[in-house]
Amino acid sequence: MPVITYRDALGQGLREEMQRDDRVFLMGEEVAVYQGAYKVSKGFLQEFGEMRVVDTPITELGFAGVGVGAAMVGLRPVIEFMTWNFALLAIDQVVNVAAKTLYMSGGQFKMPLVFRGPNGAALQLAAQHSQAWESWLAHIPGLKVVAPGTPYDAKGLIKAAVRDDNPVIVLEGEMLYNTKGEVPDEDYIVPIGKADLKREGDHCSIITHGKMVLVAMQVADTLAKEGINVDVVDLRTVRPMDVEAITASVRKTNRAVLLEEGWEIAGIGAQVVDYIQRECFDDLDAPVVRVHQADVPMPYAKSLEKAAKPDAAKTIAAVKKVMYID
Amino acid sequence: MAKKKSDNGATATATADNQKADAARGDADLRKEFLRSMLLQRRFEERCAEAYALGKIGGFCHLYIGQEAVSTGTLSLLRPDDYIITTYRDHGQALARGMSPRAVMAELFGRKDGVSGGKGGSMHLFDKATNFLGGHGIVGGHVPIATGVGFAIKYRGGDQVCICFMGESVVNTGAFHEALNMAGLWKLPVVYIIENNRYGMGTALERASAIHDIYERGAAYNMPRAQCDGQDVFEVRRAVAEAIERARTEKVPTLLEIRTYRFMGHSMSDAVSGTYRSKAELEEHLKRDPIILLRAAMHDAGEIDDAWMAKLDEDIKKEVQDAWDFADQSPEPPLEALWEDVLVDTTSDDVEASKAAASA
Ligand SMILES: Cc1ncc(C[n+]2csc(CCOP(=O)(O)OP(=O)(O)O)c2C)c(N)n1
Ligand SMILES: [Mg+2]
Repeated sequence: MPVITYRDALGQGLREEMQRDDRVFLMGEEVAVYQGAYKVSKGFLQEFGEMRVVDTPITELGFAGVGVGAAMVGLRPVIEFMTWNFALLAIDQVVNVAAKTLYMSGGQFKMPLVFRGPNGAALQLAAQHSQAWESWLAHIPGLKVVAPGTPYDAKGLIKAAVRDDNPVIVLEGEMLYNTKGEVPDEDYIVPIGKADLKREGDHCSIITHGKMVLVAMQVADTLAKEGINVDVVDLRTVRPMDVEAITASVRKTNRAVLLEEGWEIAGIGAQVVDYIQRECFDDLDAPVVRVHQADVPMPYAKSLEKAAKPDAAKTIAAVKKVMYID
Repeated sequence: MAKKKSDNGATATATADNQKADAARGDADLRKEFLRSMLLQRRFEERCAEAYALGKIGGFCHLYIGQEAVSTGTLSLLRPDDYIITTYRDHGQALARGMSPRAVMAELFGRKDGVSGGKGGSMHLFDKATNFLGGHGIVGGHVPIATGVGFAIKYRGGDQVCICFMGESVVNTGAFHEALNMAGLWKLPVVYIIENNRYGMGTALERASAIHDIYERGAAYNMPRAQCDGQDVFEVRRAVAEAIERARTEKVPTLLEIRTYRFMGHSMSDAVSGTYRSKAELEEHLKRDPIILLRAAMHDAGEIDDAWMAKLDEDIKKEVQDAWDFADQSPEPPLEALWEDVLVDTTSDDVEASKAAASA
């Protein structure tokens, strides 16, 4: 099977969807002539032309609304935000229109569109450019929110997102674009709403999504050397959440660590803990522990940034804590 | 009076839409139709005020009284396949577009037979059958959506137009700027219509906008622009026809400022006059009631007489009463409806089937 980058996997998925459906177009800042701020749409302008690969002014609210309008009347827009940090300017369109129009219109107007772009912290980009938005977006009924952690899932989920008749948020890992993995050349989708058990073990469940999947896999490798075997449950979709996959794993291991990139308060992990206490109260051998970003804006200084971010060492400590080791 | 701008060399020539607009001046039947359309909106809104007082309509409710020539003049020029998007002040436009008074009233009453099954209410009237893309509640938020509809029309190579109604306060939002810039840049077939009724809630235009001839903002977007009197249905039609023609044939957007006035408070909780506008000012504007102006002109021309007018009044009263009765008898939405229409469970896995479903 070909081994390609996460970036190319996304590009391949998008290109295939644009080839199979002429209603699909890509719009955003620098997607066409510049070939994508992160080069996901490399070669798209040449292949599909300027009506389907559309450079916009720096106008997040405006072009998010253009996507909404086009979707309302039958097109299937893919709206790229250069990063999700800038999507905050467009949040009115995402939350107030894309997510609610089907409901407010009593089912008359579907909203088949994708909002996508890199999410989460990169390296030393400081507070305004380093944040993970999934809990904000997952809060909203009427949206689906996916966060692929591997190239395989990236291609499969972006394709599923484009084909879905609902507004789908695709949170790409800014630090994942260069990571590599096996990706079939063929047409496949990863179903939205289905988690993936990426590693099996009996001692503890690490439940995570997006960029943190990579960290969880490193943690699993390290712990395996110490004889600790963990389940790595990759949620892949944070709304709707695969509660069955969560509970199946926790019922088996009786211990859980929640790993996410975002902040603690009202985070994705908080929701997972709620599902666990509802469904697995009697199965637990220890309180659930969460690993997340420190509850501060992201600092610039390398040392401080490291201290703020969730990482493998913090996750290992959390696993050991729920296992009452040390 | 309307000022015409020709900055883009885009002033209209005598074309189909224009001729249609002008012809109305000489066509008594059409004039009667306009009077009927405006009076229906007026009586409908009056009954809404009553229903609101009785608690049959809840939430925010914004009446259109005084502005009827704008909706009737504009929408009488549209083709069935054209699109409309608007604000929360949407009842009059919905009726002028041909939505059934029954379904609109039932929506306001929050009932099952409402246009949106009672889930949108006064501010969110939607109707796929008439391409009515919604009443929207966030000031300025719907303007980029209109640009997107224009983009979709161009993408498909169609010759429809999208009409985007907005209040004058909208011109101060970032959304307006972003949306009109893209429409001007990409040449999209959208007619942006500012219903300048002088106030955004209690804030007069002059206290909110750095310029007062707000159609001039079109200059920033290289967009043809004009201003016209919104109390004269023919003036509205003349100005809008020109803009529609330009959008249809040249794919050029227009910014139109239509000067009108709302005769009621901003919403049901706002007094008609008192704080931000005086009774005297209101009375001055009441003299230019669009319905009275048209009726008087037709009366003077001998096209209608008192008996005809009395009959029209009676017919419309009945039609609105029928809408009220229908809404009143319509059941509450079933409780299951709470959970419906949050998401759909369809995909475009099969592209051809998906296209067929989308155009159904
Ligand atoms: C973004 C936003 N801010 C504030 C409001 C509250 N609000 C509702 S209507 C309104 C006034 C709008 O006036 P205008 O655009 O002139 O329209 P009109 O009501 O006169 O038709 C305000 C401030 C809102 N709905 N949305
Ligand atoms: Mg106003």
